[in-house]
Amino acid sequence: MSNETQHSVDTHEEHGANIHTSGGHDHGHDHHHEEHEQHFFLKYVFSMDHKIISRQFLITGMFWAIAGGLMSVFFRLQLGFPEDTFQVLSTFLGDWAKGGKMDPEIYYGLVTIHGTVLVFFVLTGGLSGTFSNFLIPLQIGARDMASPFMNMLSYWFFAVASVIMFASLFVHTGPASGGWTTYPPLSAMKEASMGSGVGMDLWLTSMALFIVSSLLGGLNYIVTVLNMRTKGMSMKRLPLTIWAFLFTAVLGVLSFPVLLSAAVLLIFDRHMGTSFYLSEIFIAGQAMPNVGGSAILYQHLFWFLGHPEVYIIMLPAMGIASEVLATHARKPIFGYFAMVISILGITVLAFLVWAHHMFVTGMSPFLGGIFVLLTLLIAIPSAVKVFNWLTTIWKGNIKFTNPMLFALGFVSLFISGGLTGIFLGNSALDIHLHDTYFVVAHFHIVMGISAFFGMFAGVYHWFPKMYGRMMNKTLGYIHFFVTFIGAYVIFWPMHYEGVAGMPRRYYDFSSWQSFSQFGDLNKMISIAAIIVFFAQLLFVFNYFVSIWRGKKLTEKTSNPWGSTTLEWTTPVKPGHGNWEGDIPEVHRWAYDFRENPYDGSDFIMQDVPIDPTKEDEEH
Amino acid sequence: MSGLLLVVLVALIFLILYQVGQSSEKIATLQGEEEFDNKRNKIVGYSMLVLFAMFMIGIVWCHNYMIPLMTPTAVPASDHGANYDFMFEVTLWVTGAVFLLTQFLTFWFAFRYRSTGKRKAVFFSHSNKLEMIWTTIPALAMAVLVAIGLKAWFKMTSPAPEGAQIIEITGKQFNWISRYPGPDGKLGERYFKNINEENNVIGLNWDDKDTRDDIVILNGELRLIKDKPVELIIAARDVIHDVGLSHFRMKMDAVPGITTRMWFTPTITTDSMKQITGDPNFVYELSCDQMCGKGHYSMRAVVVVETQAEHDAWLKEQTSYYSQGPGKPAEAPKMEGEEEGAEEIRETAMVTQ
Repeated sequence: MSNETQHSVDTHEEHGANIHTSGGHDHGHDHHHEEHEQHFFLKYVFSMDHKIISRQFLITGMFWAIAGGLMSVFFRLQLGFPEDTFQVLSTFLGDWAKGGKMDPEIYYGLVTIHGTVLVFFVLTGGLSGTFSNFLIPLQIGARDMASPFMNMLSYWFFAVASVIMFASLFVHTGPASGGWTTYPPLSAMKEASMGSGVGMDLWLTSMALFIVSSLLGGLNYIVTVLNMRTKGMSMKRLPLTIWAFLFTAVLGVLSFPVLLSAAVLLIFDRHMGTSFYLSEIFIAGQAMPNVGGSAILYQHLFWFLGHPEVYIIMLPAMGIASEVLATHARKPIFGYFAMVISILGITVLAFLVWAHHMFVTGMSPFLGGIFVLLTLLIAIPSAVKVFNWLTTIWKGNIKFTNPMLFALGFVSLFISGGLTGIFLGNSALDIHLHDTYFVVAHFHIVMGISAFFGMFAGVYHWFPKMYGRMMNKTLGYIHFFVTFIGAYVIFWPMHYEGVAGMPRRYYDFSSWQSFSQFGDLNKMISIAAIIVFFAQLLFVFNYFVSIWRGKKLTEKTSNPWGSTTLEWTTPVKPGHGNWEGDIPEVHRWAYDFRENPYDGSDFIMQDVPIDPTKEDEEH
Repeated sequence: MSGLLLVVLVALIFLILYQVGQSSEKIATLQGEEEFDNKRNKIVGYSMLVLFAMFMIGIVWCHNYMIPLMTPTAVPASDHGANYDFMFEVTLWVTGAVFLLTQFLTFWFAFRYRSTGKRKAVFFSHSNKLEMIWTTIPALAMAVLVAIGLKAWFKMTSPAPEGAQIIEITGKQFNWISRYPGPDGKLGERYFKNINEENNVIGLNWDDKDTRDDIVILNGELRLIKDKPVELIIAARDVIHDVGLSHFRMKMDAVPGITTRMWFTPTITTDSMKQITGDPNFVYELSCDQMCGKGHYSMRAVVVVETQAEHDAWLKEQTSYYSQGPGKPAEAPKMEGEEEGAEEIRETAMVTQ
């Protein structure tokens, strides 16, 4: 936005809180009154306030995290105790687990839905949806998104996608069960597996709607960041969270449509007799008529999203961790510019590495070589980020608040999970490790748990801004220690199982001479997983109790962490429109953690004007 | 009933923890927030050291526990496998060093620079020199790893040497079928429309003379010859499967409509491996490594590595698939040697559907 336009908006806004963000100055009436009158449904359900929408994303994400987590508890019971029966399984799964022993069909169904909802609904919708929505307008100084209506639609597409995915659990042939990647031909023919029936159609419909949601959200985030920054908020003054959300949205907008096309072609193959992915198949006693398609084509399309998806999950977590580490170490983020460049580098490379998921498909070895090179290049910006985080806390003044612990845990997990990526990215090593528990351990640590830690850090950090209250700290500490230790106990030994060649997506290992010896270990992992699951319930409990019972913030403690960014200049509970008066003007970058010449504190907020006579200068 | 009890128990624990949390916050207000926070910061700071120590001890303990369990696949049984193990080790040393350094620094800095109430953070916002250093070092390390990796990759994906043993392996829900060329050394044509479950399970084209002497093994057994390169021709009948050979560190997808290949040289016979692992029942196993449906986990076949003489003797006992089926129409075709497990799964699959 040019300074001129910005100025006219500012002048207008002196009239009061204007909830319109675009073109609001064309008709100058006061919306203050209207806001109070808003019906409950408009305020909390079909809301266009980015802050409410972000909470809708977060709470829907929590629902899916619990559902997906519970699924993992169920299949861990099968993996840890293949000989035993469990009452709880027949209670929840009914005929799928007659007598308390789960059927392989539902085992694969649970694995598939667990992966799908955790990757898409929790770590994309729940993470990016929550924090991009909440923080972009607040941190860049805007009253709302560029299009609040599109933003609302984005949530409701997500909600409908959620309902359809959830409904697919109840159809009589079961949910999709071909793994979260749903490779055809397995997913294309109902003869191939029960889950490839109606469950698969619902899966595809749900995903298509989710993609629409993600695109509506993403376009909005990009436009908002580029056009609606407040006066003085140049790109180089943006907090790293906003940089991360911006590039996340770019990744999503450019790659999700490819997944949509993959899904549409798959629907054609399933119902309209096309052969995009099908060729020379003999199944259920019959030769299918399809020839000439390529099952590998789907994998290319899928992973063209699938790999950027990993960074759609990681970048917001990285941005949040950067912000939290700097704030709670009371030190500027180290190497701000290098951080932005490395996010950019990761974004570009994210599009050029997808085929490293396909080294064993018989692809051209030359192409494989190129993908090895490009894949290992990603290690460089990732390493730069880690070293910058470490230097950020070096000689800091570290306050071990709940968000800080999760941010530190994020760094530890990102290192552990990132380094094993170097094994898998190297094709000659991947050939053996591909589709073993090594992969399971790798991606759960790096984009599962560490992204979750970024998300937890964000929730603990911004909860006070969301609800004007604090979360309970003691429960937060318990949550951190149990989850951090538990995560390593669960996933560390899996690397060894993978090195031994133990394949993933196996329902039972007992008939295998090479893999059955890990039985006791699998038991231990399952027990740890159950404990960690309950620790997450404790977090959810803490979240909801604190909404109503948490310690209230006052005007004086309205910036509880001593942050520099704009969201903490709003009232304790900002209404729609965020600032009651003018939007503050920004005068400095987002990480001015140093002695404040004006009030003696250890940070200077972004809206404090620079007074050169007080030894203050733009960084 | 026990389920209800569990729910009540968990709710109770949560409530107790919450009360503890609430009261600790009350104490904080009584004692003065700042002092309380400093005290807590000290405790959590020290717990960072404890956490790191636990982490390291845990790693060592886990390693010692796991290594004996990994015996069945510990020794690489192919030339490529030896190469793989070397490469794995190099990567492990490089990443292991980075791992130890960065993990140590994470926990050490957290502990060392914990807020005490008096500490002041140093304002240190950037250094191009440092950025250059930690951009260049990972870049060099990656260059080395890429070089080693690509050398191994191009070797393993190069065309199989001439004179290599040729075996075709076909995956279907949920078992493997292997095919040997017979005396003419050639695998005849196959096409999916020729498939019938009775006497042509992989769809051989009987008009092609080369198929007439092909030997088909219905349990998918692979019989490899020690020190002789083997090329596997890989096919799938229905959905994508994957030929996973953990002992040989090899793996390749079986894709319907596409023929994939891989080759390697087995270096240790099954008999020698029995001695190496100390397990008289040791067998090499072939596992399906691509999700293929309900019976995925049971798609197992046995691999035998034997000497040339043993192999020749085995080959002599086999009769061609043609002679068992269309070549001998008087006799009812039989399904021989199919694995019981696979049979059972198909039956249950039929019942469920």
